[in-house]
Amino acid sequence: MQRIGVFVCHCGTNIAATVDVGAVADAVRGEWGVVYAADYPYMCSQTGQRMIIDAVKEHALTALVICSCSPRMHEATFRRTAQAAGINPYMIEIANIREQCSWVHKDIASATEKAIVLARAAIAKVHLNTPLTPGQSAVTKRALVIGGGIAGIQTALDIAEAGFPVDIVEREPTIGGKMAQLDKTFPTLDCAACILTPKMVDAAQHENIRILSYAEVVEVGGFVGNFHVKIKKKPRYVKEDLCTGCGICTEKCPQKQVPNAFNLNMDTHRAIYIPFAQAVPKVAVIDPDACNMLKNGKCGVCARVCSAGAIDYRQEPETIEEEYGAIVAATGYNPIPMDAFDEYAYSLSPDVITSLELERLTNAAGPTQGQLQRPSDGRHPHTVVFVQCVGSRCSADARRGKEYCSKICCMYTAKHAMLIRDKYPDTEVYVFYIDVRTPGKNFDEFQRRAVEEYGVHYIKGMVGRVTPQGEVLRVQASDLLNGRQMNVDADLVVLAAAIEPDKSARALATKLNASMDTNDFFTEAHPKLRPVESPTAGVFLSGTCQGPKDIPETVAQASAAAAKVIGLLSKQTLLGNPCVAQSDPMLCSGCAQCAGVCPAGAISYEDKEFRMPDRSMKVRRVACVNAAVCLGCGACTVACPSGAMDLQGFKNDQIMAEVDAICK
Amino acid sequence: MQINEQNDFRPTVVAFCCNWCSYAGADLAGNNRLSYPADVKIIRVPCSCRVNPMFLLRAFGRGADGVILCGCHPGDCHYTTGNYFTRRRMTALFSMLSYLGIERQRMRVEWVSAAEGAKFAAVMKAFCETVRELGPSRRLEDLRCRK
Repeated sequence: MQRIGVFVCHCGTNIAATVDVGAVADAVRGEWGVVYAADYPYMCSQTGQRMIIDAVKEHALTALVICSCSPRMHEATFRRTAQAAGINPYMIEIANIREQCSWVHKDIASATEKAIVLARAAIAKVHLNTPLTPGQSAVTKRALVIGGGIAGIQTALDIAEAGFPVDIVEREPTIGGKMAQLDKTFPTLDCAACILTPKMVDAAQHENIRILSYAEVVEVGGFVGNFHVKIKKKPRYVKEDLCTGCGICTEKCPQKQVPNAFNLNMDTHRAIYIPFAQAVPKVAVIDPDACNMLKNGKCGVCARVCSAGAIDYRQEPETIEEEYGAIVAATGYNPIPMDAFDEYAYSLSPDVITSLELERLTNAAGPTQGQLQRPSDGRHPHTVVFVQCVGSRCSADARRGKEYCSKICCMYTAKHAMLIRDKYPDTEVYVFYIDVRTPGKNFDEFQRRAVEEYGVHYIKGMVGRVTPQGEVLRVQASDLLNGRQMNVDADLVVLAAAIEPDKSARALATKLNASMDTNDFFTEAHPKLRPVESPTAGVFLSGTCQGPKDIPETVAQASAAAAKVIGLLSKQTLLGNPCVAQSDPMLCSGCAQCAGVCPAGAISYEDKEFRMPDRSMKVRRVACVNAAVCLGCGACTVACPSGAMDLQGFKNDQIMAEVDAICK
Repeated sequence: MQINEQNDFRPTVVAFCCNWCSYAGADLAGNNRLSYPADVKIIRVPCSCRVNPMFLLRAFGRGADGVILCGCHPGDCHYTTGNYFTRRRMTALFSMLSYLGIERQRMRVEWVSAAEGAKFAAVMKAFCETVRELGPSRRLEDLRCRK
């Protein structure tokens, strides 16, 4: 029989305000097996933990029940306390009387009653707990970063600097991501390329970094410390090791009309191209849908002009298999499609563009060499209208756009407005907004400069409709502060499109077993305390794949994720989860139902010799769980028809005991 | 059953919650102070597929008036396929409930993610209301456990 100690936490007034903690301690004192029960204002404090340790020694406790906050918060803390007190860390149970009791109920009587029931359930369960010892596994000292934007680059650089090898897998032919497409960055107006490209070069030259560009993750297996990943490298039809990036092929290729995705299809490149001047790796790539040679075997100009002999029309996709200890998701974002926002005439007029397209139009390496020109006729626009929150902060019943704030639009619009006024003082700039949201270091000052120094017209109110009328775009909007309707004849309309996670993130999350929220952003393990870790051990989050962020925040998170990865890779061994399935060979009939449902392939069969009642020996096939591979989901326990399979820490009788205690 | 008894009837509701989603969703409901009836008592399980249909029947046998099982949205299982097994197993159990004489509405399976604190509270509120309207469950009651 266990000697159980019950410790009820007040959590200041978080619990004590709604739950009569003294009454909970009193109520469980008489429970079978409970030899000690007490309450204390902060159980997780050092004094509180000391109190637990002293009680264990004084009353020879063998199991503990802590009635406190969620086990997701402090289970690890109290496991360590138990260990310090000299009992097995798995001999504790936590009754969640804060998040799932005091915080959600207002009536003291019923909340106290519920807290007592939850404590009793935990007591009933802990009676059946058994000491568990986690297994150990080695750590593969190599990290994988998925996505080669600024987030992925920064994470990879930090991990590599700490001395661990890193692979960056990038879907596009070059790393750089969205930041490479930007012109200037707020609030300092640095040129984006000037601050990004040194980092790209650093990544390319770092001895610990391998860049797998034009590649995608196809399969992820294994677990923290020991991931097994399959990466597919798409054929570039150019040998990466031979190509010098001279660019002669991209000038001689006769196929000129290929939309340039890097410039958001606002101009064209050849069928063989280098995405942009500072691309890393600076290696040409052939678009197989446009190349005459690949489509019908007639051309071969690039192979003839290539002095390095790098062109290889027969290149095949290549599969790379590698072991990693940690994986970082840095898959980034995209502006949402504007199809659902027809009132802004995006599909009707080429002079209605998104903010990212404006970045390319104002970029010296863009389709207009940095001259602000209307896409339709190349004229310089004299009136520019910015529309804020296109698809951001939409109500749920609008059935379009996103409910969240995209966070970066207010600032980049202020930047665009300022830059246009700075370069073209003859241009009038209007910004229609719902709210201006510019928290952040030097952000609000920046936006005020746009209004006060540069005379940008900020008008609170939404644009109702944009109608192309001849050469101009008639913008109908409301001016809420002056209570009037406005019409502005604009030459160029810029839409601040909401941002959404990259489409590939959902499929990647499935491969990584990482969870996502309803908007397809990766979920963090704890929104405040573990913001760069996924709930899946060994998977970390970097940049906008976790939520909308600007560049400083992305870089900060990228470095934070790197720090977590370095912490993980620095360990010699990892402690596994001891709450794994276990099969009782005496009950197992070897039917293989369990192996059929196991997601990890942890169950195998072995022949085991049994002594029969007549002392003869008989060999039977029984299930055998590999504890290092078992994930501890428990699917097998339900599939097992004979009850041989059970899950440590969540055994059948433990859960039944909880059920009984609750229903009593 | 007397109508009076139903009015101040406080049902016993057992909720099995997956550690990765609904249990975290319940914590989020707590963080956001979204209240739901205190009749709901949560049992944490590593995955909804850990829940043996026997646990639900055991709850009814021991006097629960309603049992709800919450897991990750199909396709979002932390263990890839766990909630698909749950879905199939619970479908089978549902079809057996009427045979056992338990009202279909006393048992529910819901998908609640870790980000859906509001949904968790709303689901629990609605389920408790349904169970309260149905009144006490007596069908599987074990006489030895009668209060």
